[in-house]
Amino acid sequence: MLALGLAWRQLRSLWASGEVRVLFLALVLAVAATTTVGLFTDRVASALVRQGGLLLGGDMVVQADHPLPAQFVEAAEQQRLRTAQTMEFPSMVSYGEQSQLAEIKAVSDSFPLRGELTIAAEPAASGIAARSVPQPGSVWLEPRLAGLLALAVGDHLQLGEVKLRVAALLQQEPSRGGDMFSYAPRLMMNLADVEATGLVQYGSRVRYQLLLAAASGPLADYKAWAEARLGDGEKLMDVSTARPEMRSALDKSSQFLGLAAMVAVLLAMVAMYLASLPYVQNSFDSYAMMRCLGASRALMLKVLLYQALLLAALGALLGAAIGYVAQSGLSMLAGRLFAEALPAAAWTPLLLGCLAGLLILLAVLWPQLLRLAQVPALRILRRDLEHSPTEGSRWLQRFSLLPALLVMALLLLWQSGDWKLGGAMLVALCGLLLVTMGLARLGSSMLQRLPGSHSGWRLGLAGLRRRPWLAAAQVSALSLGLMALLLLALIRSDLLNNWQQSLPADAPNRFMINIQPDQLDAIQQRLQEAGLHDTQLFPMVRGRLTAVNGDPVLVDNYTDDRARRLAEREFNLSWAADMQADNQLLQGRWWTASQHGQPLVSLEQDLATALGLKVGDRLRYDIAGSPLELTVSSIRKVEWDSMRANFFAVTPPGVLDGFDASYISSFHLPIGNDTLINSLVKAMPNLTVLDIAAIMQQVRGVMARMTHAVEYVFAFSLLAGIAVLYAALAATRAERTREMTLLRVLGARSRQLYQAVFTEFAVIGLLAALVAVLVANLLAYYVSVEVLGIVYAFNPRFSLSLLVLAALLVPAAAWFGVRSDLQQPPRRLLQSV
Amino acid sequence: MQLRVEQGERLAIIGRSGSGKSTLLALLAGLDLPSAGKVRILGEDIVDLDEDGRAAVRGRSMGFVFQSFQLLPSLTALENVMLPLQLTGRRDAAALAQAALAQVGLSARLSHYPRQLSGGEQQRVAIARAFAPQPQILFADEPTGNLDASTGQHIIDLLFQLNEAAGTTLILVTHDMALASRCQRILTLQDGQLQQVTQTLARSGH
Repeated sequence: MLALGLAWRQLRSLWASGEVRVLFLALVLAVAATTTVGLFTDRVASALVRQGGLLLGGDMVVQADHPLPAQFVEAAEQQRLRTAQTMEFPSMVSYGEQSQLAEIKAVSDSFPLRGELTIAAEPAASGIAARSVPQPGSVWLEPRLAGLLALAVGDHLQLGEVKLRVAALLQQEPSRGGDMFSYAPRLMMNLADVEATGLVQYGSRVRYQLLLAAASGPLADYKAWAEARLGDGEKLMDVSTARPEMRSALDKSSQFLGLAAMVAVLLAMVAMYLASLPYVQNSFDSYAMMRCLGASRALMLKVLLYQALLLAALGALLGAAIGYVAQSGLSMLAGRLFAEALPAAAWTPLLLGCLAGLLILLAVLWPQLLRLAQVPALRILRRDLEHSPTEGSRWLQRFSLLPALLVMALLLLWQSGDWKLGGAMLVALCGLLLVTMGLARLGSSMLQRLPGSHSGWRLGLAGLRRRPWLAAAQVSALSLGLMALLLLALIRSDLLNNWQQSLPADAPNRFMINIQPDQLDAIQQRLQEAGLHDTQLFPMVRGRLTAVNGDPVLVDNYTDDRARRLAEREFNLSWAADMQADNQLLQGRWWTASQHGQPLVSLEQDLATALGLKVGDRLRYDIAGSPLELTVSSIRKVEWDSMRANFFAVTPPGVLDGFDASYISSFHLPIGNDTLINSLVKAMPNLTVLDIAAIMQQVRGVMARMTHAVEYVFAFSLLAGIAVLYAALAATRAERTREMTLLRVLGARSRQLYQAVFTEFAVIGLLAALVAVLVANLLAYYVSVEVLGIVYAFNPRFSLSLLVLAALLVPAAAWFGVRSDLQQPPRRLLQSV
Repeated sequence: MQLRVEQGERLAIIGRSGSGKSTLLALLAGLDLPSAGKVRILGEDIVDLDEDGRAAVRGRSMGFVFQSFQLLPSLTALENVMLPLQLTGRRDAAALAQAALAQVGLSARLSHYPRQLSGGEQQRVAIARAFAPQPQILFADEPTGNLDASTGQHIIDLLFQLNEAAGTTLILVTHDMALASRCQRILTLQDGQLQQVTQTLARSGH
């Protein structure tokens, strides 16, 4: 009780005198940062999964080429998952004289589980959210299909053996994801009408889907259960398998959020460490006196421990509360951005945040508190004692950073959720500490040789010389803070650039396939007339890989699913003189003009990996019955998320001349601009146009949301950075004030003192910024290229501005800190110190 | 050097700055350890004890008054006086501390913090803190060093008055002969040697 009482009183008085406030604020900030980012990433991640779920119509889909066994539905009902069922198949649809191939989708009443259907009465009308699916006896058509059939809402069309009424135009539906090359215009009908059409018979090509959604997380259970029971022709899809480009964006953004959270925690830890220095310094006397009065070491330790725990508990609670509020404010902001409200926050990040706060504070503070507990009672009589540490306390001082570093390492690895990212941060951190410590030591030993003088800047340098250890700590802390912020700024801009480049506003959103060679000119002319000038048309020849280096390619040779699919199906070969601009050569060489006509082939990286192919392998293709032997000359990386036409296998021009080719093109048309397409398709009925505009808009929407999330968290980290800077300056303020007061008493003019402060902190700021710029750029390079897999653009602008800002703002802030003290008469200050 | 102090004796140690007065005091109080030799307090050799053992001896049988008061800034006057009592486990700490503060005339200042008290008041709190546990030995290190002359006189009167009433052994370190002369025995510390000063010498020095 005595210990607790003393701890509380000590804390209260330290709070009143301000020492503990920076420490407390830093702790609150650390906890708030971890919880906010933890909660927010948690919610955003699940929102993004749902957003991705919009592309599937549910969180997860079990798909089969035959009616699904009942057990899948039963298990879902047992686990209280919501379900919907769909059937998809192609069929001719006719109205009067017109008939058109359409992609029929028959849906159960609960469809869709995620997202909504948007319908309209006229093609140009703005859509409204549908409350249900098409009633039995009626259908909804994509406006393009209505245009092709020349019918309007209210007309009856023929589908198989039944006549169905067109009740609305379907503007938007979730679940248009999946294989984008399977598109014909959509007709949506009620599942109850399928049987009457007589279209689905044994052997019909039908895709059966069971859509699943849960209120919150437990889909993992179902996934594990279902995966073990999937039969032939059955597969399980969720966002990550259905839309790889979405997953990669999602992964990258959550990695960035993790990184930012890490940075915030790191900064807060540094702030706490710096704040703990004056806190300890000012407590020495009290503890020495307690020792003098007969307090045992155990009692002192208890008092100190209680003090730390009280501080940690209060800080963690407040931090968690702030984190919760900040995060819900953010969610309100984000709620308008996301299609659906963000799912409720989980409690775990709150708990983890509190726990992390407790751990951080104890790790940072404990070694300092041990120093306090070891204070000799003799210090009461001899104030210089702390400067001649005993053997034990010297050992303590040397290793006092160890627990903090360990906790930091733990947090880094935990927050990043990626040992590569966390490890890189850790290495950079240690490197930075070593370099700054070394530099500070070197600097102070060089300063020792400076002749003494009373000019202002000399005084400032002398300040550094007098406190080499503190100067080193300040440089390291500042440098760490600056490095973390610069790193975030660099990666943030890389990431956003990458997203913008991968999906520019004019990215192709229509694919036209099946163009015959004799139609090329006509099509190019039509596109030109429509204002599409630089549309490329790529040739395409379908072939099957039959042998590699003379060994036949058999499905059974491969265990990997993807490899098996690739081995059994035909894929597209194309030819080109130059490599597509967004491809990247990984191995081998691209052909020169003199090699045109030679039997070479360039393969896409994933395909080569899946099938185990390498440069130099001889591949035999079967193209429409004729064999063709090609040698792999290079391996390329392809940006599939770029939405441009890309090919697994490309040959030099002239190699595929003898084979039947069709052409494919991709171009950008504003959404809803269907007249060009409709007239082209009418003139050349063999053409198929795939419209991915809606998907692209969804993908872009998700990207935009992630951008907002990234920016918000970035701002949060900036705040943490400012707190560190403040702590770094506050750490020496009391001592500096004392020193300056003495100098004033001895007759120093204010100008000289200001100069001294400015010089001292300009040196500290510049040193810190130099190291920070170096480490941050190296780390940003590694993180961008190795972890996030995006292009790293060296950005000297950020680095330069950081150097300038640090050299100006750090001393300015320091000056600001002592200014008020210097304006008071020295007597007041001498009394107060 | 050998020094023996009898129970109830009032001893002054005088010497110039840097002569080692404070070191001697530290050794006597077990705040520091001699490189060689023994320190026996109430028959117990405190050099053989560990740090906590010495702290316990201090808490049990010693009181301290320092030049710079050394009150804990986080505690009120009352709490400061209570602290040594609490450290030895006294349950009536609050009552004893109130009584001690009443003796030094600070009943009206119980809940004031040190920074709200004048120098003289702070030193009175320190004296109350030193006497409250009824120690057998009181160490005073330049108790008037930070006070003006009249306040210092007041404090000294108070110190000796309480000391007399309690019959405590007093070891006073000072450079002030006037102060020292109020003790029964005066020792001077010079070049590491202790020498007894006769009362007459002390008077003539004054």
